[in-house]
Amino acid sequence: MNTKTTNVLLVGVGGQGTILASKILTEGLLSFGYDVKMSEIHGMAQRGGSVSTHVRYGEKVYSPVICRGEADVVVAFEKMEALRWLPYLSAGGRLIVNNHEIFPMPVILGQAEYPREIEKYLSASAPGTLVVEAAKTADELGNPRVMNMVLLGAVVKTLGLDGRDWGGTLRSCVPPGAVEINERAFAAGKTLLPG
Amino acid sequence: MKVILTGNEAVARGAWEAGCHVAAAYPGTPSTEILENLGRFPEVSSEWSPNEKVALEVASGASIAGARALCAMKHVGLNVAADPFFTMSYIGVNGGLVVVTADDPGLSSSQNEQDNRWYALHAKVPMLEPSDSQECLDFTRAAFDISERFDTPVLLRLTTRICHSKSVVETEERVESPVREYGRNPAKNAMLPAFARQKHYIVEKRLEDLREFGESSPFNSVTMADGAEIGVIASGVGYQYAREALGDGANFLKIGFSWPLPRRRIREFASKVKTLWVVEENDPFIETEIRAMGISCFGKDVLPVVDELTPAIVARAVLGKEPAPGREGEVPPPNRPPLLCPGCPHRGLFFPLSKKKDVIVTGDIGCYGLGSMPPLNVGETTICMGAGFSAAIGFEKANEKAGRNRKVFGILGDSTFFHSGITGLIDAVVNKSRSVFVIMDNRITAMTGQQENPGSGRTLSGEETVALDIPKICGACGVKDDNIHVVDPYDLKASAEAVDRAWAAEETSVIVTTRPCALLKNVQKERAGMKCFVDEERCVLCGACLKLGCPAISKRDGRIVIDQEACNGCGLCVQVCPKSAVGKKGES
Ligand SMILES: Cc1ncc(C[n+]2csc(CCOP(=O)(O)OP(=O)(O)O)c2C)c(N)n1
Ligand code: SF4
Ligand code: SF4
Repeated sequence: MNTKTTNVLLVGVGGQGTILASKILTEGLLSFGYDVKMSEIHGMAQRGGSVSTHVRYGEKVYSPVICRGEADVVVAFEKMEALRWLPYLSAGGRLIVNNHEIFPMPVILGQAEYPREIEKYLSASAPGTLVVEAAKTADELGNPRVMNMVLLGAVVKTLGLDGRDWGGTLRSCVPPGAVEINERAFAAGKTLLPG
Repeated sequence: MKVILTGNEAVARGAWEAGCHVAAAYPGTPSTEILENLGRFPEVSSEWSPNEKVALEVASGASIAGARALCAMKHVGLNVAADPFFTMSYIGVNGGLVVVTADDPGLSSSQNEQDNRWYALHAKVPMLEPSDSQECLDFTRAAFDISERFDTPVLLRLTTRICHSKSVVETEERVESPVREYGRNPAKNAMLPAFARQKHYIVEKRLEDLREFGESSPFNSVTMADGAEIGVIASGVGYQYAREALGDGANFLKIGFSWPLPRRRIREFASKVKTLWVVEENDPFIETEIRAMGISCFGKDVLPVVDELTPAIVARAVLGKEPAPGREGEVPPPNRPPLLCPGCPHRGLFFPLSKKKDVIVTGDIGCYGLGSMPPLNVGETTICMGAGFSAAIGFEKANEKAGRNRKVFGILGDSTFFHSGITGLIDAVVNKSRSVFVIMDNRITAMTGQQENPGSGRTLSGEETVALDIPKICGACGVKDDNIHVVDPYDLKASAEAVDRAWAAEETSVIVTTRPCALLKNVQKERAGMKCFVDEERCVLCGACLKLGCPAISKRDGRIVIDQEACNGCGLCVQVCPKSAVGKKGES
């Protein structure tokens, strides 16, 4: 086990399932013997606002929050949110972006424009940025809601933890009827990344 | 057993382990999950009360009768419950009484950023301040013992980061503590002036005993680092941030028993370090005491009072370390404010109201507060729960004096109506207000994540119970039947008519909406197949539907698109389209 604390930031839009994904991530990390802290915001932001969940693990963790420039992995469930949270990515950090757009109200009302060519900008600013088709994969699996599990699979792979046993944790965190589709989504997420 | 829990889950677990018998609360972010979790333990009789004052009085009665009781609330909830809180300090307890306040530095979901540690000082009760989930559990357990030992309520002070962060916790089993004997004792429990005066002496003495107790409390601990000259006194999550930022480069006095403060330990610690820092979120609570002791320190002169702290803020203040630059976005992306959901029933009344001229809307706190954002822009004041009604009365009076001809609409939700709206309505009727009082009844306390309320027909544990009838209550408060308009907000015409009739009325009138929150499980199930879609042949891109502010509708690549996953088929867009270009499938 490495002694350094690893920082994972999950960002997206309220209602996208970041909370469940981070729950499975933290429970899994605990079962592998890490000290883990996780922090998220409930309440108002859950109504379609910008949301973030901080997950930190290692031998001993103090702060439950990640500061700017310190996230080893940022996974954005929505494209524009990747831009918003980019300053949190560390110098050598890895950005994973779901190729999925959700328009915020200022854009719907025509008061602002949804940023163009986000991928290009992100890749230039954070080399190694991975744009993944999590939304599309979930659709193909037959349930757009399991997008969060697809992304979780991608995160686990990125963290090099895909060899570990996530099955028990996943089964304990989703309703019995939804286990199979979530497992498939999780597995699919792992294959979305190169290598 | 080793588990990972949020602070709220750990408080619930700690109360259960301590043998807590009775728990009462009114929901409020970030405290809500404490009672939701306690409600899962059958040994604890848990309830949602209509408001925090009632909740604390229920817990107080239980405590006096000999049960261990807990009451939880968000920070502003303690303002509502302050009346019983102050006098329970005089009465003390029989079974342990723990009051949990969940403050919100950073205002993630609140109308102010008040620091409730001052309540402990003001009411002269002991306070514990955990800094992670393990401490949430341990401190809650200990709080019951302290309460019984010193005959006082104990304030357990959490913050949003503590409530909603998860960390590893070692749990134990419940230790049953039988409900204590109760005997009639007015001198202790009935605070008539003569008895209360005697009690005040006791409270002052108790405070000194507690200060002595705090000097040796294991919840205050010192960690000295070899060669470090900096000393940090910190509490709550501020301690974790300081540890993260300064590591072994500083000496720490961690304060967990944070009122009354351990003056001797502080003085001793201060004498051993070269420079002293106080790291605490929001107000200079600990710092004020330290300065009053004549000890100089750095505190709010270099750390912010406003907003949350972070390790980076602490590192910058103490070490002068510049924060990591991060990678700047070229242009900051547009804001993403929270919104009314697709199919939200509140939208159906707000839309006609937004069209009305010469109207003032005094709003309240609940999902309908989001109606004050563009494009609906309905609502101009938000003070506190209940003020949506009562402030309307004052607004009307001022308008009259100023000769402004503007009708006032006061707005609040079902949960808020039961919490503190009814009294405002009574005031309106008795004092002959001509304003309109709107109750957005979505059958649930939605903003805080769907808690039952007196109108929803279920208790905290999910048991069926009576569902209070809001129009009938309005009638019983003296509003005339003709002036009570009950409408389905998915029917824009009916909503607009109700708004018009109420607008024209010369007496107190009421509008009650009747659609449940679109996020309720049964509503989602029922409406799963109901979707609206745009007929592109007919659509002239006028944008009328966009003015509803429904997040499911957007304009993409020159077309109006309805997100089929998000749409709940409420049909409002069908009704506002002048070209009948929006169709609907799946009828109810
Ligand atoms: C004194 C106090 N207690 C609790 C809260 C937290 N809170 C804000 S809105 C709300 C409930 C709103 O429910 P309701 O009025 O039914 O409106 P809805 O969100 O369902 O539309 C609560 C509990 C608060 N702001 N103030
Ligand atoms: S949670 Fe319910 S009441 Fe709140 S905005 Fe969504 S639909 Fe409306
Ligand atoms: S029917 Fe129209 S207004 Fe209602 S949720 Fe669907 S898109 Fe939004």
